[in-house]
Amino acid sequence: MNLDELHALAARERERQAAFKHRVIVCSGTACHAAGSDQIVEQLETAAKARGLDSRCEIKRGGCRGLCAAGPMVTVDPANVLYQGVTPDDADAILSHLDTAPVERLRCDTTQAFFTRQKHVVLELEGRTDPERIEDYIAAGGFETFIHTVTERTPAEVIEIIRQSGLAGRGGAGYSTGLKWSTVAKAVAPRKFVICNGDEGDPGAFMDRSVMEDYPYRVIEGMLIAAYAVGANEGFLYVRAEYPLAVKRLKHAIRQAEKHGLLGMSLCGTPFSFKLDVRLGAGAFVCGEETALIASIEGKRGTPRPRPPYPAESGLWGFPTLINNVETIANVVPILREGSEWFTRIGTERSKGTKVFALSGRIKNTGLIEVPMGITLREIIFDIGGGIPDGKRFKAVQTGGPSGGCIPEASLDIPVDYVSLAQVGSIMGSGGMIVMDETSCMVDVAKYFMEFCMAESCGKCIPCRVGTAQMYRLLDKITRGEGELSDLDLLEELCDTVKHTSLCGLGQAAPNPLSSTLKYFRDEYVAHIVDRVCPAGVCPALTQKEAAR
Amino acid sequence: MSRVLTLKINGEEMTGRERETILEVAQEHNIPIPRLCQLDGLSTVGACRLCLVEVAGAPKLLPACTTYVTEGMEINTNSERLQNYRRMIIEMLFTEGNHICSVCVSNGHCELQSLAMKIGIDHIHLPYLYPKRGVDASHERFAFDANRCVLCTRCVRVCDEIEGAHTWDVSGRGIESRVITDLNQPWGEAESCTSCGKCVQACPTGALFIKGSAVGEMTKRSEFLSLIAQRREDNRR
Amino acid sequence: MKKTLATIWLDGCSGCHMSFLDIDERLLALAEKAALVYSPLVDLKDFPDHVDITLVEGAVSSEDDLKKIRHIRQHTGTLISLGDCAVTGNVPSLRNAVGAESVLRRAYLEPDLIHPQLPSDGVPGLLPVVRPVHSVVKVDVYLPGCPPSADTIFNALTALLDGESAHELRTRFGA
Repeated sequence: MNLDELHALAARERERQAAFKHRVIVCSGTACHAAGSDQIVEQLETAAKARGLDSRCEIKRGGCRGLCAAGPMVTVDPANVLYQGVTPDDADAILSHLDTAPVERLRCDTTQAFFTRQKHVVLELEGRTDPERIEDYIAAGGFETFIHTVTERTPAEVIEIIRQSGLAGRGGAGYSTGLKWSTVAKAVAPRKFVICNGDEGDPGAFMDRSVMEDYPYRVIEGMLIAAYAVGANEGFLYVRAEYPLAVKRLKHAIRQAEKHGLLGMSLCGTPFSFKLDVRLGAGAFVCGEETALIASIEGKRGTPRPRPPYPAESGLWGFPTLINNVETIANVVPILREGSEWFTRIGTERSKGTKVFALSGRIKNTGLIEVPMGITLREIIFDIGGGIPDGKRFKAVQTGGPSGGCIPEASLDIPVDYVSLAQVGSIMGSGGMIVMDETSCMVDVAKYFMEFCMAESCGKCIPCRVGTAQMYRLLDKITRGEGELSDLDLLEELCDTVKHTSLCGLGQAAPNPLSSTLKYFRDEYVAHIVDRVCPAGVCPALTQKEAAR
Repeated sequence: MSRVLTLKINGEEMTGRERETILEVAQEHNIPIPRLCQLDGLSTVGACRLCLVEVAGAPKLLPACTTYVTEGMEINTNSERLQNYRRMIIEMLFTEGNHICSVCVSNGHCELQSLAMKIGIDHIHLPYLYPKRGVDASHERFAFDANRCVLCTRCVRVCDEIEGAHTWDVSGRGIESRVITDLNQPWGEAESCTSCGKCVQACPTGALFIKGSAVGEMTKRSEFLSLIAQRREDNRR
Repeated sequence: MKKTLATIWLDGCSGCHMSFLDIDERLLALAEKAALVYSPLVDLKDFPDHVDITLVEGAVSSEDDLKKIRHIRQHTGTLISLGDCAVTGNVPSLRNAVGAESVLRRAYLEPDLIHPQLPSDGVPGLLPVVRPVHSVVKVDVYLPGCPPSADTIFNALTALLDGESAHELRTRFGA
């Protein structure tokens, strides 16, 4: 497909859309889907037919609007009205108010901080395109950036734009994306690969899931540009099998892109070819680590190996391989379209752009947000997140998934960037953010995450395999009220060893929740051990004893 | 011909070649670096973490067995910090299995035992985990005692890389990991096993042994592995 | 004044005590420096109020072991874990993977006995897990080995009696 053909297709789709006076977009993301958004679509369609509206009003499925806590969400365009907590019974009301003032009781205030304080780059399509129709994406300007890039820019120019943008890997480590791309580009090999890492396995994280479910074409377009830049002709989307909707939509999107000549041989009349396939993860968290992920695609046991050599040099089947996380890939199109300078204006001196976070736990506005780097944790939790529900007090926020640290109130004013989070003993990670209030026991929290890391350790290296089990046993002992003060010294010793001697990131970061809670919430550990009391009243053995007294 | 490089190990200047690992250079110069998963003649996996060394300028500790030397590299193989980590890792192994040296066929010839001694471990301060693990004595000539297994995967690699049978592999994850034969059936029923016994010789502890060995009788020889590997390499050239 | 020395035997096979006796004629040299005030080898029935050095053989397996070692720790200056059972749990700890109950069942109920019954009155109960001495009380010196050689024991004791805290270890687990 060339640019003219793309524009023609976009024009046709826009014309089709213009025939409708109204568009009612029902969120079909996982949270709203679970809350029954399918029935809402059905009911809207039936009601529209009954009212003879079906030629004037388009009912379609769209992507996530972010405020999952208030779902199912329904958007009415072009009036730009957002409804929350919609039920199938509301279909009539919504349709009868299309030409008049919105239904007040369902209305979601889009002037609240949750919406106004965000900055959308990755989520710029605002959930308004149908994830299962390539025409809709193209009508919204999709694939235009790719065609411009592949026909007008050299790979070196593309890499330079990415490098200058300061984009860093959004999977957690924050390595410079431009540098990674140029390493792969410089490698000389008969085959090269691009892999998009969609093995998002952290408890409480759903950023990549949302991007893959809502914007599968955006991911494909980003991968196309990446492949063109590094000189790869084959690619894999590695998605965990627990994301069936994402898998379905990506597979569908790949077929549609192939049909439209946007994937395959000699794209856009250039010599550039790109073949893309989906590979499913079988449920191992460690397969999010790039070398384990590669082993998994090769059909081997998903275990990491020491780096160097890095995948950029020797990756999939020994060939140079570019591995980028879903969110990193999703940043590519806007950067190429708007330019690197535009991107560097977002964020801070050291960390550029935005970051998508999945807010969960004891917070009012659970959901998906995208904020500029440098925003403080306090702004995220109390302004955007709406604070803690039920009048409870904030206790800690854990960033970065199971291997992130728990950050206390006193450190909430640090800016969100890679360096600052590391300084307080946590990590950016992939963007999970779990908020805890006074009803959470920090020893129990540390135990929960250690159990996760213990279960997900691949077992290859000794410190992670045995260390996580040792730490879990000690934490369990403390929550059962059998702890001794000397156990805290042992725990600290184990944290240090596991952190510094484990083979991969899983082990190296596994002690984070433990070491950060030992640092910031030591009094809770001491209460469990010395007073035999669980201050939050969570640990059953200790609460029962307390009650018995 | 590969380039000759100069580097420093523990403050002492020495030379190495390109594509040589830190471990190889150290071995040539009689500098001891402890290791368990590495065995001459087999591929390296960098899994036991005992050979971690400090390299000036590197933010993390690096495994000597998989890290190539570079020009001007400054390596410390035996700092107090490294010794502490090694002690912890060895202790972890003792707590992970059920290592009862006094009743073990490899008592006195065990790499885990001698590593503990060299590092000066006189007791295990981490709590023992006492896992429930079994013994597979279904093979006609050999037996496997999982209680003594340290999951170094030498058996897996020797069987795959030298014998070409790939009878052994790892199943399970994390602390539940086990080496298994074929599709997790008893060793005696594993059809791919050629009964060559290379796994037994490569095993650093008494986990794999020849049936009928009494306490301390199971001595192992693995030197032949590097000879086979070397000759195959020569043949390829 | 001579220092005082005691030895105690928990869940072990007495092999370490045999090795202690294997010090042979050097026992006389030891006797010059220390008096053996409590031991399976002497007649005293009560542990003295204070002993300078106590050698503990055996793992902590029963409630009685636990009571004894806690008492001894309180009345001992330097506590030595003597041998693998005391240091690692060794052979007694083989039962930990299967549990105390199944061991008792195997020994007292499963064999073809005339009156199969579990021991009860007057016999200390087994702890659920056999533990090395240092996981129950603080231990000052470890002498691993099954048993540690007479030389090892002699050298360690001599060094301690001479007031040297550090001694070079020439022994290992299972030695």
